[in-house]
Amino acid sequence: MRSDFPVLPDGGASLPSPAGDLKEALLAVDPVRAGRILGDACAASSPVSCIEALVVPVLEEIGRDWEEGQVALSQVYMSGRICEEIVNTMLPPGSPGRISQPKMAIAVLEDHHTLGKRILLAVLRSGGYEVTDYGSGVTVDGLVERVIRDGIEILLISTLMLPAALRAKEAIARIKEALPETRVIVGGAPFRFDPHLWREAGADAVGHSASDTLATVRAMAGGL
Amino acid sequence: MTGGMTPAERAAVTMGFEEPDRVPLFLLFTIYGAKELGLSIREYFSKPEYVAAGQMRLYRKFGGDCLNPFCYAASEVEAWGGEVIFSDNSPPNAGRPPIREPGEIESIEVPLVEESPSLLFGLRTIELLKREVGDDVPIMGSVISPFSLPILQMGFAAYIELLYSEPDLFRTLMKKNEEFCVRWANAQLEAGATAIGYADPLASPDMTPRDLYRRTGFVVAKRTISRIGGAVATSLASARALPVIDDVAATGSVGIGVSTFDDLAAVKRQCAGRLTILGNLNAIEMCRWTPAQAEAEVKKAIAAAGPGGGFVLSDNHGEIPWQVPESVLLAISAAVRKWGRYPLDRVSV
Repeated sequence: MRSDFPVLPDGGASLPSPAGDLKEALLAVDPVRAGRILGDACAASSPVSCIEALVVPVLEEIGRDWEEGQVALSQVYMSGRICEEIVNTMLPPGSPGRISQPKMAIAVLEDHHTLGKRILLAVLRSGGYEVTDYGSGVTVDGLVERVIRDGIEILLISTLMLPAALRAKEAIARIKEALPETRVIVGGAPFRFDPHLWREAGADAVGHSASDTLATVRAMAGGL
Repeated sequence: MTGGMTPAERAAVTMGFEEPDRVPLFLLFTIYGAKELGLSIREYFSKPEYVAAGQMRLYRKFGGDCLNPFCYAASEVEAWGGEVIFSDNSPPNAGRPPIREPGEIESIEVPLVEESPSLLFGLRTIELLKREVGDDVPIMGSVISPFSLPILQMGFAAYIELLYSEPDLFRTLMKKNEEFCVRWANAQLEAGATAIGYADPLASPDMTPRDLYRRTGFVVAKRTISRIGGAVATSLASARALPVIDDVAATGSVGIGVSTFDDLAAVKRQCAGRLTILGNLNAIEMCRWTPAQAEAEVKKAIAAAGPGGGFVLSDNHGEIPWQVPESVLLAISAAVRKWGRYPLDRVSV
């Protein structure tokens, strides 16, 4: 996946090695180097502890750097994809080490812009979580029906267009009526441009970046 | 300068980095025209006559300084064979992309403007508007940059992976997109557009690392803009612009649409004498503004970027959402007339 256009590492490496090295490799979109760093660092520990100690903090820092304008969304996406692939080899989907509880799902509501969902899925899976992907262009009716049927405990709703963000309100109200314990995290551009919108939608939290959302999921999962 | 300028004169003076009678106001309406005419969005975009009528009504009602024949971004990708999805109260959305596998880049053909109904629709809308306003009101044509169009042509995630991993296919796609973009932009100018908005969100460092942009989208923009036969203003579609202002100025662009997340005063210092700024009212928050908030936001923006000209007040994305109340738009229009009159002594407080 390495680019033919030579890429300079952006954002620096404020984390101590090997985390700093991993971050640098991810921002340079160098999966071979990232895999080597993770392989070396994790040789003496379990995949789960390695993910917790190395992958998650690095992705969280990259996410924070994006929020602060230090790295680009394309780097966030590629970092997540690289980590997702490496973690899939360390901890294949369905393996006992995966975090399958609480039950989580993600959907792009009434919209077909899927980058946010792809980034979030990559970061959550890199964090060891199992997440059901409901896809894009999901209607309010379709989302409510699936969440209830699957007994989803944490739902992530990704949007790009304002009307979709506004439609989340109806979906969340209906989901909470049927499943009051379900937690809903919303994210996407409308929620960044209007910091009050997520509360108006009735969500439990907003994710301004994938890593931010990962931290929220971890906190929610601990409380469920 | 005193009052009495036409919108076109007002815009031209400010783009020459002098102070016109007042700060120009570009209210960039797309689907809002359907609301004005009482039509569904699908119906509104079924006839160029509807779009032209909607633009003219909104121009008269809210007193903006430009017309915006742009319908929706997906109309370009429609010409490439992409799917468009309509909804009740939002811009038509790009659905299934025309390029499903990177290998298809080699064989995809560049659409001809004269054979693309969605583009002919845009040209006809421009012609109708030109007939209405002549040279008095700027008619903003628009294109999606060759560098950013693949978001719609193949999906954002697939394009990012192509950008990092398939340089040959990337170059092939850029060559095709450049050809398309130049033809489409020049057709709009020939139809009567005054200038071209070059939508290039991927130029923002929020999206692409600057180093990578400098070696890809920047080079593409320089080549493309040099072949467009009129003035071009670059829009980053609400992504931050400040870190790439020097780059955008070097592409040959004469203006830049900036984000609500940009420091407008810093943008102004950086652009001085090189790029006219368009921006940067938050069109999402605008939906919940009161008229008083709208006035305060207008005053703040004019104070930061108005002095000396080189500034057009606008939203930060190039789209007034359907959900923005008319009272807010009227307040914006009144505020620019109250606080945007040159000289701007009163806004510096």
